[in-house]
Amino acid sequence: MAALIEVENLMKHYRLGDVTVQALRGVSFRVERGEFVAIMGASGSGKSTLMNILGCLDKPTSGSYRFDGISVSELSRDQLASMRNKKIGFVFQTFNLLARTSALANVELPLLYNGVSARERHSRAFAALLAVGLENRQDHHPNQLSGGQQQRVAIARALVNQPQIILADEPTGNLDSKTSSEIMAIFQRLNREAGITIVLVTHEPDIAAYAGRMLVFRDGRLLQDEAVERPRIAFQELEQRTADDTGITGI
Amino acid sequence: MNLLINVRIALRALRVNRLRSALTMLGIIIGVAAVIAMVAVGSGATAQIQEQIRSIGSNVLIVLPGSTTSGGIRLGHGSVLTLSEDDAEAIARECPAVALAASSMRGTGQVVLGNDNWSTVIQGVTPEYLQIRDFIIQSGRPFTWQDVDGATKVALVGHTVMQNLFGGTDPVGQIIRIKKVPFTVIGTLAPKGQSAWGQDQDDIILMPISTAKRKVLGVSQANARAVGAIVAQARHAMMMQEAQEQVVALLRQRHRLQPDEEDDFSVRNLVEVFGAQEQSARVMSILLGAIASVSLVVGGIGIMNIMLVSVTERTREIGLRLAVGAKARDILTQFLVEAVTLSLIGGLVGIALGLSVSILISYFAMWSTLISWGAVAMAFAFSALVGISFGYYPARKAAFLDPIEALRYE
Repeated sequence: MAALIEVENLMKHYRLGDVTVQALRGVSFRVERGEFVAIMGASGSGKSTLMNILGCLDKPTSGSYRFDGISVSELSRDQLASMRNKKIGFVFQTFNLLARTSALANVELPLLYNGVSARERHSRAFAALLAVGLENRQDHHPNQLSGGQQQRVAIARALVNQPQIILADEPTGNLDSKTSSEIMAIFQRLNREAGITIVLVTHEPDIAAYAGRMLVFRDGRLLQDEAVERPRIAFQELEQRTADDTGITGI
Repeated sequence: MNLLINVRIALRALRVNRLRSALTMLGIIIGVAAVIAMVAVGSGATAQIQEQIRSIGSNVLIVLPGSTTSGGIRLGHGSVLTLSEDDAEAIARECPAVALAASSMRGTGQVVLGNDNWSTVIQGVTPEYLQIRDFIIQSGRPFTWQDVDGATKVALVGHTVMQNLFGGTDPVGQIIRIKKVPFTVIGTLAPKGQSAWGQDQDDIILMPISTAKRKVLGVSQANARAVGAIVAQARHAMMMQEAQEQVVALLRQRHRLQPDEEDDFSVRNLVEVFGAQEQSARVMSILLGAIASVSLVVGGIGIMNIMLVSVTERTREIGLRLAVGAKARDILTQFLVEAVTLSLIGGLVGIALGLSVSILISYFAMWSTLISWGAVAMAFAFSALVGISFGYYPARKAAFLDPIEALRYE
């Protein structure tokens, strides 16, 4: 079975007026199913461009990108849309939830675009909310939820179509450290228990330390590709933290 | 993704921005209401004129005495009675395109009943006149040729005379004095309303022409058979022109006019005159409708404006929808349905408003309005069309947004 992501000599050029910006200058790597990969780099390193291409939102200028054995560069706009719908879940830094819309309806959104019946939509969206522990918040609107809860709704939305991969772009960028750990705990659980591949972009080494593998980019090139030796385990840290707060450490 | 879901998404979005949606609809509401009300006013005017044409009688030609030259002095129309009862009989007999012809003589006189009196139009006519002018006997009986031959003193009274003179009592069988001559009322005429020139057609008393000449109006000693006017009815609306030509030819021959002499009578086709009026009312109604349609177009521009604002405002939402798998078609449909929903709801409210305004206009301004269901259907269809055509550009703009740019939009 082929790797989930196979990137060969990927290049992406933008034209900004008269200047051609080389966002990616020949990147090659593979991601196997079930991996948890962190992509790191300063801004302008090309990591966002790479994420857009991996997420089938953009096409490379040259080089090949095969996702799940399919050559993405040959797909039409509509085929890309259906690929995003069925195989990829997105999590954004700014959550991107629909305002004045219930958590459940937000989670249902991807299902609106693949002809799932109303009843199945509800039950699948509810199951996804259950998976992130927000089943009792299904009727809340985003402005009634905390940042961490909003991001959990967004993760539920990414999960609802049972994707092969979740692409998370700075998912903890707007959250405090405790909430970040909670979010990372969810990602780790989905990765371990459901076997969902996770690719996460971050510029914080602390967050990248939760992943199993780290790719570091600079100036459009892959600088470093190495396994994380002892990944942090979010749920243990959370337990530890709770213990600290209640002062029952060491009993 | 089916249409129903799109409709639900659109309705949600409209409900979220209630005030804005209502204001946007207002443009369409006013447009549709204006079209319906204006067309109703226009058709009301047309219908009124048609009613007046009907009150003249159908396919009626009126022959009036014309100018004559007497010793080098040209006299005005009607100053000399150049038409006679024999002319009327000849027209009926000899013009194939004419079905009926009747003589008429007109004057005014004081009518007395007991202590009451009333000045009205006295018209002496032959029995066919009732038929040609479409006078309907409401009660009693019409007079006949026997009454004409015998110059009997019988009269038919119009509705206005009846109200002014008889109060609530039944006029039939009562004796009235017209210019001091006693007459028996043998029947009453059904109301005809105002004529096209504003004359009350019910303020009238009809009697046999012979009686009128001898007892009431007086006769010219020179020509005892002279009449004030002849009315003729063509066999068919299509034969009006033909009938007119035949009447002219016959009268020229009977009056022994040389080819270079002018007609000493004139033939008028009143339907033609009012036809022109009707035509202008029709043009007026089209014009009113057209002006009102402009406001509908302005309403459409309002929709386009708001949809463009909405697309810009919701750029991130569109980006998100595209990212989670919406196809360009889905986004296009969503925004198009929103625009069409705005215009259709606006259209429905506009129809309700337009109908009420039409009713209020006819109630308070006393204008006759006629609600045209064709215009209602057209205004509604047009508002849907406005929604589609003015909603398409913003919807297309939304559908072809770049998802990356859209997601990054602040």
